[in-house]
Amino acid sequence: MDAIILQILNGLDKGSAYALIALGLTLIFGTLGVVNFAHGALFMIGAFCAVTFSRLLQLSHEIVDETRTDFLGNPLKVDVPYLQDWFGPETGAAIIDWAVPLSILFAIPVMLLVGFVMERGLIKHFYKRPHADQILVTFGLAIVLGEIIKANYGANPIPTPAPAAFSGSLDFGVWLGFDENAIIYPYWRLIYFLFSAVIIAGVFAFLQFTTFGMVVRAGMADRETVGLLGIDIDKRFTIMFGLAAAVAGLAGAMYTPILSPNYNMGMDFLVLSFVVVVVGGMGSLPGAVLAGFLLGILQSFASMNEVKSLLPGIDQIIIYLVAIAILLTRPRGLMGRRGVMEE
Amino acid sequence: MSKSNFTRRGVLRTGAIAGAGLALPTYLRADAHAGFTNAPTGSTVTIGFNVPQTGAYAEEGLDELRAQELAVEHLNGIGDGGMLNTFSSKVLDGTGILGKQVNFVTGDTQTKSDVARAAAQSMIQKDGVIMVNGGSSSGVAIAVQGLCQEAGIIFMAGLTHSNDTTGKDRKANGFRHFFNGYMSGAALGPILEKEYGSDRNAYHLTADYTWGWTQQESMQQSTEAIGWNTAQNVLTPVGAGDFSSYIAPVLNSGADTLVLNHYGADMVNSLTQATQFGLKDKQVNGKDFKIIVPLFSELMAAGAGTNIEGVFGSMNWNWQLQDEGTQAFVRSFGEKYGRPPSGSAHTCYVQTLLYADAVTRAGSFNPCAVAEALEDFEFDGLGNGPTFYRGADHQCFKDVLVMKGVASASGSASMVGYDTVEIVEVTPRAQVEYPSDHPMFGGPEASLGECNPGA
Amino acid sequence: MLGLDTKDTRLLIIVAIMVMAAPILLNPFPADSAMAQFNAGYPDLMQRFVIFGIFAIGFNILFGLTGYLSFGHAAFLGMGSYAAVWMFKLLSYNVVPAILLSVIVAAAFSVVIGYISLRRSGIYFSILTLAFAQMSYALAYSVLTPITNGETGLQVYTNDPQILMGENSPNVPHLFGIEMRGTADLELGAWTFTFGNGYYLAALMMLLSFYISLRIFRSPFGLMLRAVKSNQNRLTFTGVSPKPYTLAAFVISGMYAGLAGGLLAAMDPLTGAERMQWTASGEVVLMTILGGAGTLIGPVLGAGLIKYLENIFSKINDGILHQWFAFMPDGLEDFMVTILHPFIGKGWHLTLGLIFMAIVIFLPGGLVEGGQRIGRLFKRRKTDDASSATTKPAE
Repeated sequence: MDAIILQILNGLDKGSAYALIALGLTLIFGTLGVVNFAHGALFMIGAFCAVTFSRLLQLSHEIVDETRTDFLGNPLKVDVPYLQDWFGPETGAAIIDWAVPLSILFAIPVMLLVGFVMERGLIKHFYKRPHADQILVTFGLAIVLGEIIKANYGANPIPTPAPAAFSGSLDFGVWLGFDENAIIYPYWRLIYFLFSAVIIAGVFAFLQFTTFGMVVRAGMADRETVGLLGIDIDKRFTIMFGLAAAVAGLAGAMYTPILSPNYNMGMDFLVLSFVVVVVGGMGSLPGAVLAGFLLGILQSFASMNEVKSLLPGIDQIIIYLVAIAILLTRPRGLMGRRGVMEE
Repeated sequence: MSKSNFTRRGVLRTGAIAGAGLALPTYLRADAHAGFTNAPTGSTVTIGFNVPQTGAYAEEGLDELRAQELAVEHLNGIGDGGMLNTFSSKVLDGTGILGKQVNFVTGDTQTKSDVARAAAQSMIQKDGVIMVNGGSSSGVAIAVQGLCQEAGIIFMAGLTHSNDTTGKDRKANGFRHFFNGYMSGAALGPILEKEYGSDRNAYHLTADYTWGWTQQESMQQSTEAIGWNTAQNVLTPVGAGDFSSYIAPVLNSGADTLVLNHYGADMVNSLTQATQFGLKDKQVNGKDFKIIVPLFSELMAAGAGTNIEGVFGSMNWNWQLQDEGTQAFVRSFGEKYGRPPSGSAHTCYVQTLLYADAVTRAGSFNPCAVAEALEDFEFDGLGNGPTFYRGADHQCFKDVLVMKGVASASGSASMVGYDTVEIVEVTPRAQVEYPSDHPMFGGPEASLGECNPGA
Repeated sequence: MLGLDTKDTRLLIIVAIMVMAAPILLNPFPADSAMAQFNAGYPDLMQRFVIFGIFAIGFNILFGLTGYLSFGHAAFLGMGSYAAVWMFKLLSYNVVPAILLSVIVAAAFSVVIGYISLRRSGIYFSILTLAFAQMSYALAYSVLTPITNGETGLQVYTNDPQILMGENSPNVPHLFGIEMRGTADLELGAWTFTFGNGYYLAALMMLLSFYISLRIFRSPFGLMLRAVKSNQNRLTFTGVSPKPYTLAAFVISGMYAGLAGGLLAAMDPLTGAERMQWTASGEVVLMTILGGAGTLIGPVLGAGLIKYLENIFSKINDGILHQWFAFMPDGLEDFMVTILHPFIGKGWHLTLGLIFMAIVIFLPGGLVEGGQRIGRLFKRRKTDDASSATTKPAE
């Protein structure tokens, strides 16, 4: 029993990352009708927003320490962050320690900007082109974005720890009457789960309760009619693209303590996020979220030793097996609409 | 440039086929006079550096390339000569190899066997290389080693740690300087006993592919030899990213030690996440919970950051060693590139020198003569102490370093990974030796085959 | 000739001449010149050109004609390779049984996977094929290691049975004694041309594949496939079930992939699981669209472009750049090297990505459209018939 609760918790956490990425992907597809293969790259750029922000906080000047030597026997150059000069060593170090959560403030404007530029500069010209062209051009863009990051940050994963206050894990099992250490759950993952729940709720509320959201939803249902009503749908779609980029970027920035970012992480998430979106049903926002959590939890269950000993390797293919099973029983995924992307 | 054992008949037949679509060539050259593939003519000789330049191991590959370029400079008499000054064999004098200036070509393996073989083929067929060096994974090393065997040139492996490279997949034309999974296990065993006692319950997470299995097998054997119990061995998919569902059940299993048989990004992620779960601060069975990562590299340590503190592992070589050879190499590498060399850089540098030295001692570029010169060669001064290139399986035997992760000593961000691991012990060579027909290395069936000089 | 009209015959003859003369055409620069870096006329790369050409031609029969975008075709290529290497291990190094079995195995798997996946259309079909391919890859890499030799890759060991191996049989892949690795060199002044046996075998197979694809494009069957693409509903209303046709197209393209896989193994008897990864499936999609989906020659051009970039650009390093610009003053030389540095060697992916984007943005019909535009510039003739051979890229 405790093992199952444990894997449900793990699955919710995995699922929240999947759901956030799939949500952004679906927003773009649903509103703009564009299949965006660069969405994984947006997630990756978000993660590197956290890296960049933490590097900015650590901008340093060199002090030569004559008492110590570096590996070549020259006097050691020590980097002292400006923040420590300005706020004193302790406060400075504390601010640097909180780099990842603080980077949200940095990531939102950056990602909105990236989204706007991408939509106006490239995607806009592909609304009327076939989906295959959209896939190809955004895939090319994903490669280019990844290479730019690689040229600046290298190919190695970069450690981006959570604040020290959130290190360690919560002993969840004790609350439920299990033994000590039976169900432990890292604080940061708990925060990530809550964070993504807030974002998902925020996006839904935005679409549901604002006039802007109403117009966009109308546009998703019938773009032409909305245009005929004299509403400038294009402008709103640009904003939607920026929003989707921001959702993906925030998902990436907050994920960095869990997964040390490297330039290829976007590609790693790309296939997975498409599977999630399609299982949920193309163009369905609730479907994307539901499928994200469902696949996350199933993947966690498949990783249990008891399951693996029965079916070796099941944890490597479970997502695809489930995708096949769902697509064969529900032709348009869990909540897809008829006629979307079926031609 | 011919790639097969040509008979006159074969040449004619080839010519007939080739001529099917065009006028019959006026002059067909079978290149049989040289006696081996890509025999260097003229005043230069070309060698190939085949390293990952894209993909997860790109950084490691680039560090290998730096060292290889340095080695070529030293062979050609540019720079301070590095380890040439400390090498026990003194035949290399900075005038290239056998008086021929050394050129090199580079390729990208992408850490994929297919691509690595294509890159090596291009070096062999197009650039006429006489030796291929480099690489950052065992799958690629074994694939390229097989190719070099067929083509008839020498392969000097880079970073490859699987037992198979010089075990069941050993080849007469392939040589490995790097250590292997068995040696890691054998070196770590005694230290773990000393530090953590002989009564421990180990939980293994193992990357689900050949290297992971051989590493796990070696660790299980050596830890069970010191009295530890193996609680469980769980295979994890390569590139899983999120290992939480594998790490979460560890504590509840009653295990008090976690062995992460992972490498590269997998190791960075699993170690980071295990630390995040707070495993290192837990107590099980009245003992502090411990994590072990059998194979370290500087770049992985850099990726893991502070999570590596207190974790034991092993390395082939480290820049902090104090012998003459190491110091000479670190100095010339550091002055050129502004940072210490990594272990994989060292092994590629040394392999290049060893090849050049063997050619010079053999007096010929013929791969069979080179192989003979390398086999059972005893040398010193290349950073690992007295070293032995065993002829039976083409594996180098030398001291193995047991390492431990520590807090950064210099406080400099650019040194993370280099100064966040320290040498705990230099395990003497005798302790990590094994017979060449050891069951983990293919048993008595494993054979090098015949040396192939190609054309 | 051969049941083709004049225009198609001309196309086939041109392709045949290009392919047969490739060792010369692809080696335009003297072997010792600085530009020799750009020569692609060595056997291994030429083999890849034609083999991936076969793969892309086959993919185009499915995608170009029916519009079904499979994202899992690399699985059939990988299975073909495994089948071929197993033939080497069990029988002998003769490539004939290996290639036959690789086609049969790929056909068998594509019947099953195609039958299931074709129950859905559009992106749902794509994801189904992707899922099958990713499962094949994951299992081949780990759990199925006894069959696939996992990460190390399946290869032939000296203690394999090889029951048909005679006393004097070559110890490398061969066609009744003609070794695939065998080559002959032709030296003409400063140029060296290498003719490989393996290349010519692969090239002949490619011409055969091209011919078959030509026949399919022009047949009533091909017309039916195009009907599937333009409007399935209309087809259903007229009482024709599209499924058998699409399944046939799927299986044919699967067999092409299997043949390509078998040939890859025949040229180089080692195969790894990465051949089945989604990136490999994506690569053939890119090849087809880059060259021009739905056109006859496009996929071959696309395959050539991608393999050329992968093998030639990744090998250019700073040292070579310095050689090229050595004639310039020092400052300018360093400047040029710095400018070009991000695009070559380890940065070749960047060049690849930029070229993808440029082609998709400016040449929606792929390289074929580019060729047509250039042709139009020179001829300024009415090009009604030229454009009729090109269908629009599919969705």
